[in-house]
Parts: sequence; structure tokens; C-alpha cells
Amino acid sequence: MDKIVFRKPKLLNDTPMHYCPGCTHGIVHRLIAEALEELGDTDNVIGIAPVGCAVFAYNYFTCDMFQAAHGRAPSVATGVKRANPNSTVFVYQGDGDLASIGMAEIVHAATRGENITVIFINNGIYGMTGGQMAPTTLPGQKTTTSQSGRNPLEHGNPIKICEMLSTLTGPAYIARTSVHDVKAVRATREAIKKGFKMQREKKGFSLIEILSTCPTNFHMSPVAALEYAKTAGCEAYPLGVYKDVEQSNEVKGK
Amino acid sequence: MKQLLKGNEAVAEAAIAAGCRCFFGYPITPQNEIPEYMSWRMKEVGGHFVQAESEVSAINMVYGAGGAGARAMTSSSSPGVSLKQEGISYIAGAEVPCVIVNMMRAGPGLGGIQPSQSDYFQATKGGGHGDYRMLVYAPSSVQEAADLTYKAFFRADYYRNPVMILGDGMLGQMMEPAQIPVAVDVNKLPKKSWAASGNNGGKQRVINSIFMNPDTLEAHNAHLTKKYEEMKKLDTMFEHYRTDDAEVVLVAYGIVARICKAAVDMLRDGGIKAGLFRPITLFPFPYGELAKLSDNGAETFVSVELSCGQLIEDVKLGLFDSKNRPQVGVFARVGGNVMKPEDVAEYIKAGRITQSWIK
Amino acid sequence: MKKLLFNESLCKGCGLCVSACPKKILKLGNKINAMGYAVAECTDEDSCISCAFCATMCPDCVIEVHKEV
Repeated sequence: MDKIVFRKPKLLNDTPMHYCPGCTHGIVHRLIAEALEELGDTDNVIGIAPVGCAVFAYNYFTCDMFQAAHGRAPSVATGVKRANPNSTVFVYQGDGDLASIGMAEIVHAATRGENITVIFINNGIYGMTGGQMAPTTLPGQKTTTSQSGRNPLEHGNPIKICEMLSTLTGPAYIARTSVHDVKAVRATREAIKKGFKMQREKKGFSLIEILSTCPTNFHMSPVAALEYAKTAGCEAYPLGVYKDVEQSNEVKGK
Repeated sequence: MKQLLKGNEAVAEAAIAAGCRCFFGYPITPQNEIPEYMSWRMKEVGGHFVQAESEVSAINMVYGAGGAGARAMTSSSSPGVSLKQEGISYIAGAEVPCVIVNMMRAGPGLGGIQPSQSDYFQATKGGGHGDYRMLVYAPSSVQEAADLTYKAFFRADYYRNPVMILGDGMLGQMMEPAQIPVAVDVNKLPKKSWAASGNNGGKQRVINSIFMNPDTLEAHNAHLTKKYEEMKKLDTMFEHYRTDDAEVVLVAYGIVARICKAAVDMLRDGGIKAGLFRPITLFPFPYGELAKLSDNGAETFVSVELSCGQLIEDVKLGLFDSKNRPQVGVFARVGGNVMKPEDVAEYIKAGRITQSWIK
Repeated sequence: MKKLLFNESLCKGCGLCVSACPKKILKLGNKINAMGYAVAECTDEDSCISCAFCATMCPDCVIEVHKEV
């Protein structure tokens, strides 16, 4: 007997993705689709694409999609969800979009406990515009606008979104995961599933921060970029569940 | 049945009557009665009110709700409307219907909180980036504010375009008897097949304003322009007051037009054949009517406005098509000041018509 | 039975599948697709255990994994 153990989820179409070779956006797109399919929650899905490389995400999902202005996706999602409370709404944002220009929008969507699921891609760099310093760029990391490496005295310090948002009462689920290897990818899928499950149960705001890579602007091979996420990335941004209203004892990051 | 209503409240209740069930706002004087009213009224009608963290966020909530098919609205005043410009540009580009209320206050910058019309250019010439236009209604009474707000939702849906109600602090704050239009049954409004409201595995709907291919974007621009041309044909609204035999025509909109009606009566009593031409839509602007008045013998046109010579530019554009060369001037009070009818009448009588508002 | 079906037209030759494979039976071969990338291929499908690690790491959904049961 022949059993299919892995195939492309139906919430993704067959359009070739425009992302660079080894870019983890493709993995996370697939995980969102898989999570929704595993939950049997594909009928009434509405996605909000950001500004950044994932601006074209609507080309790859088969569900209804919005393309939002830079940083405004959580506000757009708020409008969508209010107009359509029975839909499943996901927001897809990068670190420049969410943690820089869109900081007010994400914090207030979180504190309102808006019943949406945010997928936050943290790769520490502005990918689409060519590798500039992001709010999450690590100290010492070289970018096109911090060419000698990010110097906290000169450029400020990285922002830790999960830690920050988990201080709020509004969010139901805040977790940081990674896609640096198979185990991490599978854990990310479970975290995304949990976020969508909470949304379906109307428990409120969920955000999954996913440590990701940008091989092109890291100037690394895709494999080396994942190794960087696994080591430097996970050290600066500890993986774990930062808030979970279903757990009486909240597990903070390791 | 007429009720005694504040302008801002009339706008809010007329929006509810038109089927608006999503309102997103942020406090700013002098429009606060709108979000305050919506905060309790939306609950009564099963709608949604969110006090956003900023005007930027509020307009993007409108983008989301409007794009998902709801009749959505936001309101603000000048500095707040500046913040909304990014969102308005996206909304126009993505063809999302919605209504935006601007109860203007004086600027630039933080300016003041008193009435003004200084956002005329911003409203009519596209305050945000890129080539787009909004239908802009300029009510001059509480009744008209209610009627035009109601109408705005239908025209927004018809064009899939933002529509602006351009009022001012005085209109928002004053009370007059007004009748709210008959409420629609929101469940019976036509379904929007283009809206991204969850496709149940069917055809994907994308609410989007990005077009990377220049030819595709040019075609999109042409499509938008066709809508704006259609607005010019179908939606241009104006009012004439005693212009039939007028030699001097005052051109004014909104609250200033009411002041000018009194001025026209005073001038007529004094033997000067004055009239008022009032654009009700500022985009599309009724240019052709001005040329007709000139062709019929009006020799002087004075733009009366609460801005430093903005409306006068459209007056001049309208008169460009006339076979005559009438005299054009401007009379303005700004900074939150409002002229009296006597001030306007005296300016006309003095006969020193200039194109600068500075005395 | 084929255990691994490669949709080669989508492959960008990033090599994440190659490094994820526990059996070390994947490589970027000599075959170049329309996008100009050297596509991934399996050198020894008999040794494949259908673990789907390759597909799990593939950003472009190139690989469909089958298993004999």
C-alpha cells in the first residue's frame, strides 16, 4: 500500500514563490496552511499580507487576502474580524513591519485582545529593501545601514516582542519558535495551530514569533543562515511560550 | 419626524441609518461627538465601535472592514485627517468603499480648534500619494449633513471608492432641527461579491493596491480615472441662490455659503445684483456652472472661504471655459475666525476685489 | 513505488533538504530547471525511510513523500 505522508497543503496554490532560494517564508506559509487544514478550518480564512518580501503572500494562498500598508496589518485585521466575526483571520508580518513602523498597531491589537492570529517573522533584517538594520537586528550584526555591525550605543538595542507583549493582559497566547531544523519547524506548526485554535475558541489575541533567515542579506548559504538562527538567533531570542491563558503556570522563555 | 440634533450627532445617526455597522475613531476636537455617539449607538444596532490607538490605525480598520464587505466609517478633524492620508490612498487604490468625515479646524500644524475650511486642497486634490480622487460632499446645514452622510454610503458602494464628508467645527457643533433618513435593513443590502469575507474554497478575492507591472498599473489608473469621470457626470451637485440676473456672484460652500446667503440679501437690498453659487460636491467641482454664470453676464466672482485662497483656484478653473473674462477675487477669514454677512457685503461694496485674502 | 516525487520546476536548489536528510541520500544534481537552479534529487531511493524531513525543510513545497505501508 502506498500512503502519502507529505504533500503540499490545499490552502497553497501552485504558483512558484518569488522568495530567494532557502528563504524561510516558504516554510512558514506552508505551516500556516497545514495548521489550518489540520484544524479543518479552511473555509472562512482571511489573511492579511504585510509590506516586505511577503507583500505578495496573496499570490500563494488560496484564501481571501488583504495587502496592508506598512505596519498596519493588525488594524486591517481588526476591521476584517469585526466585520466578519466568524472568519479565521491571520496576520503575516515581518520585523520591520511589526516591530518598527507598526509597533503601535501590534501593541494595541494585543492589548485589546483582538481575536486574531499574528504570524511574526523575525529574521533581524529588512529583506525586500536590501538588507537594512531592523529593530530586531542583533548587536554586532552587519547590515547595509549598520556596516560595522549594530552598535547598541549608536543604534539602540534589539526589541523583544514576545517578552514585551506578554506583559499585557489582552493576549491569550504568545510564543516564540524557530524554523532552523525539522524539530523546530514541527514545533512551529504546533504553535501556529494553537494560535488558530484559540482564535476559533474566541480566547483572543495570539502571536507566534518565528525566528527566520534571510540568506541573501545575511550573505550566507541557506544552511549556514539556519545555523545562525539556531545559535545566535535562539540565544538572543529564547524560544518558548511567553503567555498561554490555558496554562495556570505560565512558562516563560527558557 | 424632526429632532433637534447637533451636526456631529446627525452625521453619526445618518450613518447608522445608511447601514454603517463598523465605526473606528480617535478623539480630536471638534468631532468628538461622532465617536462618542457611535460608542453606545453601535451596541444598540449590533455593530462595532473601536476607539483606535491613532487615526492611522482607525483608517486601516476601515480598510479591513470595508474590504470585508461592511459599510464602514471613520471621522476626525484636520490634523487627524492628515494622519489618515496613507490609509485613504490605499483604500482608493484597492477600491474599498467607505465614508470619512472631516470636521475641519484651522491649521497648519496643530493650529486651533475653531472652524476652518483649510483642508480644501487635501480633500479635493488627493491628500495622500498617488493619483486618486474622493467624492467630497460639503453640507451646509445639519439636515444636509445627515442627508449627504446617508447618501455617501450608497455612492461609496456604487463606485467602490472612499467618500468624504467635509464639514467644519461650526457645522459639527451647532444644533438644528433635522430628520434622519429612513434606516435601511442591513441584511437586505446587496452582497458584495468582490469583498474578501472568506471564500469557502471558492474564487480568491484580494484587496490590494500593489501592481508591479507598469502596464497593469497604468490600466488600473485608467480604470480609476474612468470612475472619477463618471462621478463628474453623475454626482456633481450645486445650488444657485439668486444668481439668475446676478452681476456679482459669491462662491462659497459649507457653513460659509449660509453666511453668504445673508450677504446676498443685504447686497440686493442695497441695489447690488448679487447671487450665491454653492458647490455641494467639491469633487467633482461644478466648473461648468460657473462658466455659464459668466456667459450669462456675471462680471465679478468672489470666492468666500475660511482658507487662504484655496477655493478660488477652482473658481478660476471654472471660469477658464467662459467666453468672458470676469473679475475674480477672494474674501477670507482664517485661523478659526468666521466672517459675518456684513463683512462680505462691505467687501463687495468697497469694490476692491483682489486675489489675495490679506487686507 | 516512488517514495519521493520532486516538482522540479519549483526547486531553487537551496540545499535545505540535502542537509536535513538523515540518510544523506539527497544531492543537488546536474539537472538545471527553467529557473536556472540545479535541482535536488535522490541518489538512493531504496534507502529512503519516508521521514519527510526533506519536505519539512523545503521552502517551496517541491517534494511529495510517499510511504509503503
